[in-house]
Amino acid sequence: MAIKRVLTKDFATENLEQLSVYERTGGYSGYKKALEMQPDELVELVKKSGLRGRGGAGFPTGNKWSFLPKGVYPRYLVCNADESEPGCFKDRYLIEESPHQVLEGILIASYAIGCNLAFIYIRGEYLPQHEALETAIQEARQAGYLGKNVLDKGYDIEVILHRGAGAYICGEETALLTSLEGYRGEPRLKPPFPAIKGLYGKPTVVNNVETVANLPHIVNNGADWFTAMGTPTGRGTRVWCMSGHVNRPGNYELENGTPIRELIEEHGGGVWKNRKLKAFQPGGASMMVLLPEHLDVGLDFDAIAKAGSLAGAGAMVVMDETTCMVDAARRYVKFFHHESCGKCTPCREGTFWMANLFDAFEAGAAKASDIDLLLDIGYNIDGRSFCPLGDASTWFPRSVIKFFRDEFLEHLSEKGCPFKKTVQEAVA
Amino acid sequence: MAVSKQTLAEIQAVAARYPSKQSAIIPALWAVQHEQGYVTDAAMREIAQALGLPPSLIEATASFYSMFLTKPEGRHDVVICVNAPCMLRGADEMKDYLERALGVRDGQTTPDGAVTWHSTIECLGACGGAPMMQVDHRFEENLTPERIDVIIDRLRKQPAAPLAPRHPLPGSPLKGEGEAHAKTAEPAKKPAGPRGRRSQA
Repeated sequence: MAIKRVLTKDFATENLEQLSVYERTGGYSGYKKALEMQPDELVELVKKSGLRGRGGAGFPTGNKWSFLPKGVYPRYLVCNADESEPGCFKDRYLIEESPHQVLEGILIASYAIGCNLAFIYIRGEYLPQHEALETAIQEARQAGYLGKNVLDKGYDIEVILHRGAGAYICGEETALLTSLEGYRGEPRLKPPFPAIKGLYGKPTVVNNVETVANLPHIVNNGADWFTAMGTPTGRGTRVWCMSGHVNRPGNYELENGTPIRELIEEHGGGVWKNRKLKAFQPGGASMMVLLPEHLDVGLDFDAIAKAGSLAGAGAMVVMDETTCMVDAARRYVKFFHHESCGKCTPCREGTFWMANLFDAFEAGAAKASDIDLLLDIGYNIDGRSFCPLGDASTWFPRSVIKFFRDEFLEHLSEKGCPFKKTVQEAVA
Repeated sequence: MAVSKQTLAEIQAVAARYPSKQSAIIPALWAVQHEQGYVTDAAMREIAQALGLPPSLIEATASFYSMFLTKPEGRHDVVICVNAPCMLRGADEMKDYLERALGVRDGQTTPDGAVTWHSTIECLGACGGAPMMQVDHRFEENLTPERIDVIIDRLRKQPAAPLAPRHPLPGSPLKGEGEAHAKTAEPAKKPAGPRGRRSQA
């Protein structure tokens, strides 16, 4: 199967971040075409394309747009660039290489939903990417793509770039909106969903960077072109962020449904140092671990869900035979503990206790009953937390206990981490 | 020290862009940190006054976000990631090397005031270039002991005043200053290593 690329096909072009270069690759033609259409036609087009949100949940973008109540204004578009899921670095890459592609997508989405003020919420750590977007916005304004009466079409649009300040939780859409309003980034109860009552209590659409970056291409090439790629329930391509024990970590845009084996073995050059694959984790820190027997599963929301994990935000963390799965789970649990906003008890307290138990395993101070205690804490967080962050904190550790219980037992019998020495030798 | 009139005016200008002035709290905190290097209680009261909001709201927000500093630090800040994707590529060993090379513990500042460093479990978004660290908000990827030596040597020599505008404000009139900083400090170069473009070439 020939590799089809949509978002990254022009990324080899030098200075693509400059407006004139981006326009030479066909940039902003999608936006111009969109402005000739009626907003409702655009919503229908995106619905027909089957584009699903690339931020993690995979909700159909066109449907999300059509939930906005008729006749209620103002309404807002918020582009979620608060990429913080461990293992994910695609939004950063898309912004860095082609900030105008992201901005064009935002302008198209704004026009389609009838919004005159859009926001980009970018994580505080992405300073160079912030600067790239800031420059892109200024260039686009000078070219008349945003501002009052854009391209004489009578449409007004302004884009505010809003910088976060270090909080993973703000990637969750309601927490993001709370943060954008100036408060502590705590999630809100759904319903009401943001489409009904979002930013400042107004109808709001929150779309991921990669999602909006697809829009110029869908408008330019049509829904049929898009549906010809990928799988029936996962149209188009996705950018996968591969990290860990592979020869060539990095971002790879592949057609949905491409086997995981192809991503790891062909594009990533296989597991490094001629070692064996032990496990891999699609989706990022939150998602369940998968095993070598799952290598032929397709890179697609539904196929990965069927295999027992989730595609999430498109990470692929590869772990070789020397990896201590207990320590990997420990890092993620500590991450969730650090990032828990503290609003609800199961997540705030549960992640604390899980982190303590994982520390005990690594230090050789754990008891045999602690494995089941970890599972028990997990069951009491999952489904009982206020937002998905709490639930997700338990998925990876529980899947590790399911597939690698023997490693926990080894930590008990060895009174500490049996991998520590191997890992140190491996790096030296 | 009092927040400068220019920064307060900037905060008010930014607030005017948002439908609610409360949305300007985070940009305002960035502006103050950008001017003074950290955010004091007194500065938060000034922000409150400039925005016409109660000081408690400013502090409630400031204390939630990990990037706002409440006390002075070294001239340069170095943050090294030890989350799982970095761990897999040897982040623990790089962290230990950094600690030995700087001679101070996690969270401390070197005696010459050049560097404050700490490790973080918060993923910084450079897993493809792991192990990595963030130096004055720019990423340094594919770390090796040799690379760490070069970076530390540079930081010890570089004056990089703490007043340098490290945190440009959204839509900030200080854009020109931000560019000047980018030239004097770490250039906004594409990080080395097999990431995105290179890996698909």
